Amino acid sequence: MRASALLHAADLGFAYDTTRPVLSGVSVEVSRGALVGVLGPNGSGKTTLLALLAGMRRPTSGRITFDGRPLAAFTRRQLATRIAIVPQETHLAFDYTVLEMVLMGRHPHLGLFEVEGPADMAAAREALAAVGASHLEDRDFMTLSGGEKQRVVIASALAQATDVLLLDEPTSSLDLGAQLEIAQLLRTLNETRGVTIVVSTHDLALASGVCRELVLLRRGGVVAAGATADVLTGPNVRALYDVDADVHRHPETGHLVVVPLHRAS
Amino acid sequence: MTSPLTRRLWTVLPLVVAAAVAALLLAPIVGSTPISLARAFDRGIPWADNVDAQIFFVARLPRVLAAGLVGGALAASGVVLQALLRNPLATPFTLGVSAGAALGAMLAIAAGLDMGALGVSSVPLASFAGSMVATALVYALARSQSRGLSTNVLLLAGVTLNSFFSALILFVQYLSDFTQTFRTVRWLMGDLDVGGYAPIVAALPLIVAALASFAVLARSLNLLSLGADAAAARGVDVVRAERLAFLSASLATGAAVSLAGPIGFIGIVVPHIVRLLVGADHRLVLPASLFGGAAFLIVCDLVARTALAPLELPVGVVTAMIGGPFFLWQLVRHS
Repeated sequence: MRASALLHAADLGFAYDTTRPVLSGVSVEVSRGALVGVLGPNGSGKTTLLALLAGMRRPTSGRITFDGRPLAAFTRRQLATRIAIVPQETHLAFDYTVLEMVLMGRHPHLGLFEVEGPADMAAAREALAAVGASHLEDRDFMTLSGGEKQRVVIASALAQATDVLLLDEPTSSLDLGAQLEIAQLLRTLNETRGVTIVVSTHDLALASGVCRELVLLRRGGVVAAGATADVLTGPNVRALYDVDADVHRHPETGHLVVVPLHRAS
Repeated sequence: MTSPLTRRLWTVLPLVVAAAVAALLLAPIVGSTPISLARAFDRGIPWADNVDAQIFFVARLPRVLAAGLVGGALAASGVVLQALLRNPLATPFTLGVSAGAALGAMLAIAAGLDMGALGVSSVPLASFAGSMVATALVYALARSQSRGLSTNVLLLAGVTLNSFFSALILFVQYLSDFTQTFRTVRWLMGDLDVGGYAPIVAALPLIVAALASFAVLARSLNLLSLGADAAAARGVDVVRAERLAFLSASLATGAAVSLAGPIGFIGIVVPHIVRLLVGADHRLVLPASLFGGAAFLIVCDLVARTALAPLELPVGVVTAMIGGPFFLWQLVRHS
């Protein structure tokens, strides 16, 4: 384990029932300030891996440490002040406003009967500003577009004021423009605010354009892990998706571009 | 820069409390026989001769107090069940929780347990047991579907539980004494004529305990209504919060039903109107529904007592006439 590792998972296994393991032998290391992508096809175990890293579920084998302490030693509430997780989609049963949604991120910082005070309001407004959604403050969450919703949920996670932000396929239900905006937002949050980010995705553009490190996941096991430039290669894309692809560097952006050619035989 | 909640708490709470208090004070004065409040409170007149005082304190006040307590408890339980099941159409009545409570109460009455060893009726506890069985069934169904109950499953479960418990209630009724039957039929339609203060005193501690739990849960309910995972991610101990919500909602429903029978639709009409007025934050919706529910049922009972005076309608008829169409309207709106 490197000294700088903030979140360290070793040899993780997880199964809902013993006959079909979802993850096995997965090790992941997230340093402070890192921007890590977990890339893999549907059903590869990305969501489960993130749930384990967030302490939402207990691994059936292996161990996870956060800041040098076993994850299991934290209470649910303590953990919520250190690690935030943004789910793929958020459905509300009732009409909360955007500001109310973002203030919900303050929950772990408040006492039992404590009401959000000026400091919490400031944190919420600052988080909304950081995701560029200040103008939505008074809107009903349910009336927002997919991209706007995702920004607000990210703001709610930022208001939690955690060290780490985990995002589960944040762009999978968004159109191209919104995908691009969220990708840019993740990069900005990481670079200007120093938020440590782990983002799961099957979106190759998000992985190559935003993530500095990648963990490639297939059928619950790690195919490759490391710096994006080293890991995002033709053979690895083939191993991951069964698709032959041409990988080259884009002349303008400098990002790797993956062009799928045909299904590998 | 105060939070939007603080500002709204100070404007909304005084209003709903005032509405409940006004209903509580005015309702006992109104009735088929006009009474004078001055005479009712005149200590110079001997109790045996003071008809006004007898009507006020014996016939009407317990009834109005029961209406306030039951209305508040059912409306607040509705709010908690809606958050717990993540569906705004969940209510104690439509889920069959009230029917479960009614079955528990009827079994206790049929078994002759209305007076326990200490002179305290065991009916509220039996009723609580019944509501808990029903809520546990619905909750188990909800847990099997990670995103909460779909409206379809919820409605089907409610219809099934309601007819199942109704059949058992009929069965118990069939076996029990004929003279009791008229009384229980009336009670099953919702009857606030509690006949004195003793039943209120028996139900009060249970309802107060449930309301205390609701207060503890209020902020967690906001998060639970985003889904179990989202709530856990923000630091809610989901299993504990859900258990407490489930127990306390059953407790309040059980106590309310033991007092007045399974009165329908309070748990949907009141929370919905409250949410339209004050938004969705449970720290506001819960107290506003509690006091709004109290005022609502007191007024419904007033209508039941006076609309066809000297005939008295069961209050459940009045709430169902308002609540049935309201529920259908919500069903159309949410599906």
